[in-house]
Amino acid sequence: MTTILMYDGSFNGFLSAVFIKYEYKMQQVRIRKAAFTSKNLFDSIEEVITNDKKAERVWLKLKQKCSSKGLSFLYKAYLSEIIGGEDLMLKFIEIALQSEKCIASDYSSPVVLKLSQIAKKIHREKHRMEAFVRFKQTKDNIYFATISPDYNVLPLICSHFEKRYADQKWIIYDEKRNYGLYYNGNHVIIVKIDFKKDALSSQNKALFYTRDESDFQVLWKSYFKMTNIVSRKNTKLHLQHVPKRYWKYLTEKELY
Amino acid sequence: MNYERIKEKLDILADAAKYDVSCSSSGSTRTNKNKGLGNSSSSGICHTYTEDGRCVSLLKILLTNHCIFNCAYCVTRKSNDIKRAAFKVQEVVDLTIAFYRRNYIEGLFLSSGIFKNPDYTMERLIGVAKKLRLEENFNGYIHLKSIPGASDELMREAGLYADRLSVNIEIPTEKGLKLLAPDKDRKDFIMPMNKVKNEIIQYKNDKRKFKNTPLYAPAGQSTQMIIGAGGETDAEIMYSSAYFYKQFNLKRVYYSGYIPISYDERLPAIGTEVPLLRENRLYQTDWLLRFYGFDIRELLTPEHPNLDSDIDPKLSWALRHLDLFPLDINKADKFMLARIPGVGLKSVNKIIQARRFRRLNWDHLKALGIASNRAKYFILCNSGEYESKDRTAAQIKGLILQNSTSKFRKTFDQQLNLFNSIN
Ligand code: SF4
Repeated sequence: MTTILMYDGSFNGFLSAVFIKYEYKMQQVRIRKAAFTSKNLFDSIEEVITNDKKAERVWLKLKQKCSSKGLSFLYKAYLSEIIGGEDLMLKFIEIALQSEKCIASDYSSPVVLKLSQIAKKIHREKHRMEAFVRFKQTKDNIYFATISPDYNVLPLICSHFEKRYADQKWIIYDEKRNYGLYYNGNHVIIVKIDFKKDALSSQNKALFYTRDESDFQVLWKSYFKMTNIVSRKNTKLHLQHVPKRYWKYLTEKELY
Repeated sequence: MNYERIKEKLDILADAAKYDVSCSSSGSTRTNKNKGLGNSSSSGICHTYTEDGRCVSLLKILLTNHCIFNCAYCVTRKSNDIKRAAFKVQEVVDLTIAFYRRNYIEGLFLSSGIFKNPDYTMERLIGVAKKLRLEENFNGYIHLKSIPGASDELMREAGLYADRLSVNIEIPTEKGLKLLAPDKDRKDFIMPMNKVKNEIIQYKNDKRKFKNTPLYAPAGQSTQMIIGAGGETDAEIMYSSAYFYKQFNLKRVYYSGYIPISYDERLPAIGTEVPLLRENRLYQTDWLLRFYGFDIRELLTPEHPNLDSDIDPKLSWALRHLDLFPLDINKADKFMLARIPGVGLKSVNKIIQARRFRRLNWDHLKALGIASNRAKYFILCNSGEYESKDRTAAQIKGLILQNSTSKFRKTFDQQLNLFNSIN
């Protein structure tokens, strides 16, 4: 019989589940987010209470066994929100704990290879978000951007924006996961915003954004157009670099 | 700020600047000072891509497209009947800051036509960079053009504010330059390039002794050559490039397929196809020289002065050196691994790391993402079968081409068809 350890979806929750697995020497274990767990007659489900101290102990143990690359594989797999990702993470932890040297560069192991591929995807999405965030200046002088990345990369891009835009207030809001980062000029805090219906629609833009804002958007669009060389047109390459699903956030790809 | 007027200028001066293909914002690590605005990360970021698929990372504009010179290959040339405009220094500063704050760009790439004289022009370019750094506390990326013929003092000052400096050689050979830009002298390109090179060396020495030596052009120098305007061979282009890399420690040489812009009989006629495939082959060659440990003499020779168009330069080299293959993937050193067709540098590293754990076979190699349809003719691994026991170079090439759906084939389908119809 498989035991399902159900956690709250946080990274520390996952690590707490790992702790419990080892504490009780459980054999057949799956770790699942509470939100995704459905009952199966043959499985027993146990709820894991997130415990930061236990999580920390697991993390420290892993640190002894793994390079920072291995640790980042785990964290990125977590952020990927891929269903069943926990199985891979657990497998990785099992192998890592048994192994003498760090396994993070053993690309001929299927588990490591798979995790490295996931990590690569997350990394690409992080990079894309650092590139594709488009701030708009609000009347209360906050630079505001919405995104809905494929993976939960806000935690990964935070320090990039904090370092770069140290002298302006900004918000990057993940619409899909309904939370955002707000830098208030000093430090970043996590915020949830209840948007009124249509708050961000084009009719309401004038209410929120400065006059300059729309002018600069026009300048940017115009620049984007002028810098293109028509005789080198290569739509395929263009789409490969800027897939259509990102267009809705890109000022320069807005039509009008 | 008068938007209408700015927009008009931006349209003209962005349009005129777009033929400079260097867009890189890499190679500099400038940290954000005193809670100012911006920083530069060493890898740079492409914020968007034009419809021709090129990275947009910097606001790339000319300060002015007035020019006293008349280089045949340039839209900005004096004799060309076009709208002219000039930005004020403050206008460029404001535009850069506004775009940067919105995360549109990594910084500014400012070039210019030459108005009045080289020093007068250079001074104004420096003026923009200086204002950005000192008044706006801007730590983003700044690339300034070194104006040919600008004085040493100005080039010294430019490097204090810019991350990168570049002079475009444009025409790879001296005879081509004489033909197409008769009022330009190669000496005038070399002068600022040399000064900047020496200042960078000086900076590195000083830095060792004094911790707070001010930064000097941390992202170094680059240049650009136009391809297909002056009738040069690939060998002439690449030997010239290798010389500039070595002589002036350049960070990058860019190759830009000539886009016909005038009815000058010295140049390809308007409507002539841009040589994109050739440009790509040159970049591949450049890559092999800079990262793969190749010497230019291995890739282009008097007997072989042009790159193959149907296969990439590494495969072409390997086919000429079949005696060195097959290589044992579990034993070969890094240097040789990098020379296997279908194996890139990232794969080389993965192979080296993975083979510490076990001997690698075909399945492992495939899982690592190695392009086995090319590599298989050149390697041995921990699997019995070996592909190309006694095949000739021509046979291997035929087999690879037959099975390849390389990105070039797709991207340049049209061009290849053109070649096919000629042969
Ligand atoms: S000096 Fe520069 S801007 Fe002027 S015509 Fe020659 S290449 Fe063009």
